[in-house]
Amino acid sequence: MLQAMLGAVSQGILWGIMVLGVFITYKLLDIADLTVDGSFALGGCVCAVLVVNQGVDPWLALLAGTVAGIAAGAVTGLLHTLFDIPAILAGILTQISLWSINLRVMGKSNVPLLKSTTVFSSISDATGISQANVTMIVGAVFAVAVIALLYWFFGTEIGSALRATGNNEHMSRALGIDTRVTKVIALMLSNGLVGLAGALICQSQKYADIGMGTGGIIIGLAAIVIGEVLGRLTPGKLRSFSSRLIAAVVGSIVYFLIRAIVLQLGMDANDMKLLSAIIVAVALAVPVVWERYQLRRSYSKGGEA
Amino acid sequence: MLTLTGVRKTFNKGTVNEKPALLGIDLHLGKGDFVTVIGGNGAGKSTMLNMIAGVYPLDSGKVELDGHDISRLSEHARARYLGRVFQDPMRGTAGDMQIDENLALARRRGQRRGLAWGITREEREEYRESLATLGLGLETRLSDKVGLLSGGQRQALTLLMATLKEPQLLLLDEHTAALDPKTAAKVLELTQSIVTEHGLTTLMVTHNMHDAIRLGNRLIMMNEGRIIYDVRGDEKARLHRADLMAKFEEVSGGELASDRMLLG
Repeated sequence: MLQAMLGAVSQGILWGIMVLGVFITYKLLDIADLTVDGSFALGGCVCAVLVVNQGVDPWLALLAGTVAGIAAGAVTGLLHTLFDIPAILAGILTQISLWSINLRVMGKSNVPLLKSTTVFSSISDATGISQANVTMIVGAVFAVAVIALLYWFFGTEIGSALRATGNNEHMSRALGIDTRVTKVIALMLSNGLVGLAGALICQSQKYADIGMGTGGIIIGLAAIVIGEVLGRLTPGKLRSFSSRLIAAVVGSIVYFLIRAIVLQLGMDANDMKLLSAIIVAVALAVPVVWERYQLRRSYSKGGEA
Repeated sequence: MLTLTGVRKTFNKGTVNEKPALLGIDLHLGKGDFVTVIGGNGAGKSTMLNMIAGVYPLDSGKVELDGHDISRLSEHARARYLGRVFQDPMRGTAGDMQIDENLALARRRGQRRGLAWGITREEREEYRESLATLGLGLETRLSDKVGLLSGGQRQALTLLMATLKEPQLLLLDEHTAALDPKTAAKVLELTQSIVTEHGLTTLMVTHNMHDAIRLGNRLIMMNEGRIIYDVRGDEKARLHRADLMAKFEEVSGGELASDRMLLG
């Protein structure tokens, strides 16, 4: 049981990097970017093929997975900004094409990395720390680095312009921001992180699979929502930007813990997607219903305030 | 300064909803001109401002600013020359961002944005001083989200943002129309003092005849996509509301087309 929980935590941390990618598009640009399902698998497939077939260094393969994700994000971004295709549809188009592309990349529907060296196995061999612990440590280092990077980036001029774009596009253009460029940058950055997460997961689970990204966006949204709820329950409310980023990763960890628990309780693994969708739907519905309830309650017949 | 030559715009061309909005606008503004624009609903006042700002592409004609032909530039590219305040207070500011962050975005209008910090400590001091001139107590609330401000406060902030980096032309599109009378008066007062202080070339659309007469050195009246009346200097100073009403009745065929025009 404890072993399963620890496994869930490291899985949550690694997926947390993908969640940070989803955070950029969903929370900052207000786009539910469906590219994610495809770019996650793309990162994994590219990484696996490079390591297994080409004998590329696993660290370099992580970089390649990231770059592949960035490219996928660029495609969605250009479809959306150059041709005015609604963001959600542009994401679906890229996601669907990536299914075929990923099969082309791998040449089959999955690639095992059983005998290959991964970043986790190499560190484990060098230090003697168990691979499970290495996974957690490496994941945590990556997550902290990504959070620091995002915190820095969104404080820069370009990063601020990007946040402004998501917040008020009209104002942004009036202040000289080319909102097409900022959106493409956001989608590239986001999918780059998703690709990196795909590559990391592929190395930690020791295989890449065509279906590994399916439902990724829902996991991302669920983790963000869980993180937000936890943030709101904390005394300080945690409204600062850095704590929102941290909350996203924590949300991811909690999501995978919940998942591990319900699986231990005997739930069918295939039902997990349904549960994820329900978590997201409930989380999105509750604030709306609550506000409606508040409005109705504040109505008074007599007209007294 | 600003020259419009034969600017035309028709919306939804070739459909049943075709709507001619501007039927050939010729207008020249000298440096430091403060021009108020009045006219009934659908006269093309806002469209004219939007054509200058590049919100929609021109059908034909030319927009020149300071000798540059900006007719084909996109909205964000024109932004380097223009300060803009809109009717809707929500439109000019980013509600989820802090007051100082909004100002920092505005200060970089028209500049290349790189990987330098989006806001520096020295800037914050500057903003504190600029905000103090508004007299709304915002100088102590630099890290508050703009979404917490009232409509009037947001509009005053937008005005400050539009002029933080001195624009070659300030476009005010009924920027007090959504405010209550007292707040509107306050924002107009601020407008006047900022415009006068920097000697800004300004184009201000308003529905309020009284304000149109009181402010600025020149007044133009628009009707059905054309400029039908242009008065400046002493002649404008002697103008009365009755004169404008008469003029308006004359062009609109003896009919008072817009009740909103009466309000002022």
